Amino acid sequence: MIMQGRGISPGIVEGTAIVSKSPLSFYGGIDPKTGIVIEKGHELEGKCVSGKILVFPNGKGSTVGSYVIYGLKKYGKEPLAIINQKMETIVATGVILAGIPAVDSVEISRITEGAVLRVDGTKGTVEIVE
Amino acid sequence: MLLTREEEAILAGEHGEVPERMLRLLVRLGEIYKADKMIPVSSAQVAGVSYKSIGDPGLEFLEDIAGKGARVSVLTFLNPAGMDIESWKELGFPEDFVEKQLRIIEAFKKMGIVISATCTPYLSGNLPRFREHVAWSESSAVSFANSVLGARTNREGGPSALAAAILGRTPNYGFHLDENRKPDMHVAVNVELRTDADFGALGYFVGKIVKDRVPYFTGIKHAGVDSLKALGAAMAASGAVALYHAHGLTPEAKDYSPEGLDTISFGEKELTETYQNLNSGEEPDILILGCPHSSLNEIRTVAMLVEGKRLRKPMWVCTSRAVKELAIRMGYDEIIRSAGGKIVADTCTVVAPVEEMGFKTIAVNSGKAANYLPGFCKARVIFGDTEGLIRRVIE
Repeated sequence: MIMQGRGISPGIVEGTAIVSKSPLSFYGGIDPKTGIVIEKGHELEGKCVSGKILVFPNGKGSTVGSYVIYGLKKYGKEPLAIINQKMETIVATGVILAGIPAVDSVEISRITEGAVLRVDGTKGTVEIVE
Repeated sequence: MLLTREEEAILAGEHGEVPERMLRLLVRLGEIYKADKMIPVSSAQVAGVSYKSIGDPGLEFLEDIAGKGARVSVLTFLNPAGMDIESWKELGFPEDFVEKQLRIIEAFKKMGIVISATCTPYLSGNLPRFREHVAWSESSAVSFANSVLGARTNREGGPSALAAAILGRTPNYGFHLDENRKPDMHVAVNVELRTDADFGALGYFVGKIVKDRVPYFTGIKHAGVDSLKALGAAMAASGAVALYHAHGLTPEAKDYSPEGLDTISFGEKELTETYQNLNSGEEPDILILGCPHSSLNEIRTVAMLVEGKRLRKPMWVCTSRAVKELAIRMGYDEIIRSAGGKIVADTCTVVAPVEEMGFKTIAVNSGKAANYLPGFCKARVIFGDTEGLIRRVIE
């Protein structure tokens, strides 16, 4: 199945989904040096987003979050791509500065944990491969 | 969004990685907010300077792009840093903080950004004219530029202001367009505002209610530049007000009428209650003035109040380096130092690591500072007018 959304940051990648049903804060929420979610009580706490396709509804929290996304890329711990229901400016700014493919405006409830996805940030599509 | 041939070429990477990323950022933001095209800006003002705010991730990003050749193309001023760039030692700023902060400053300087380190760029050499398009990010300066000067800017984030500075462009949406500058809330002021702190209290009260709308004030009889600076700053902090109109005082007010708008009233009762709400402390550890940065006239007032006296508590008067130079020349700095206070340049209460410096209760004359200090600096607040606060700490 291919879902048509909106391309926020270009690039084509294929990988495994890590899914959060709740919003995610990058500043104070993810350690850029390890890629591990550190926000207390978050459903992804302790999990590593590196090399995965990170799916969550929308960002929240400090605008410094954009720089944390950039930091993830710099330390080689970035997710392969980010998919949001609706991408607000903190995450959009971060993925563009970092050059991480990103798509929003797709129905993320159709994406299950561990699904293999093909994300095209240029065309704005998300394909559920398996 | 309609892009020029040159903009298409930048997006295709023909001008290098930094312009490509920066323009992509502006174009995407423009699409999110439904801009039709990019427009030129004549100046920029970049926030996200204090190491306390942006941390290592911000520092590394700035050093990276400065190293990759990012340079600004329009007059660009910088927001306050987390410390006085020259007298940090004397003021007791922590050394590890200083080292990181100086690296941030150096990266901005390399990009050609003026190290003005002020939230009042309009008082020290970055003054847009009526209807000029700019890209500013400091919320109080955005309010002043839009409201008092009639220039046009959105509330930019640090990265989007930096992108606008590098490209000399911003997406055409929001407050750049006439239709978004109309007032949509009426504030009837029924009390005489006697001090700039009263204006700060009014701003704090109104911002909480109107959030990001455009208020139209009636009933303010007199207001100098310093009063309007205090009003806008507090409204932008307790709410997200980027533009207000004040009947008879601001340049676009005559284009609109408050008729038919929802009205909120601000009288003696609201003024008194706002003072009560903003006061959470008893005895100050320090008095910090200058949020937003003091004008020369405000510093003169402080100097006259403390001349020949001694203060029992430390007092900082925050301002820009440019204004401090004049204060030194005029002898105000000497008067304030003799009384036991200091004119602190380049930084402010909100972005300095004051909690690490042992100040638990802070007296301020600013509605904006009173709004932020409990959260950002975990401090208790005493909010009052300049004269009253100074009298309180004079021996």
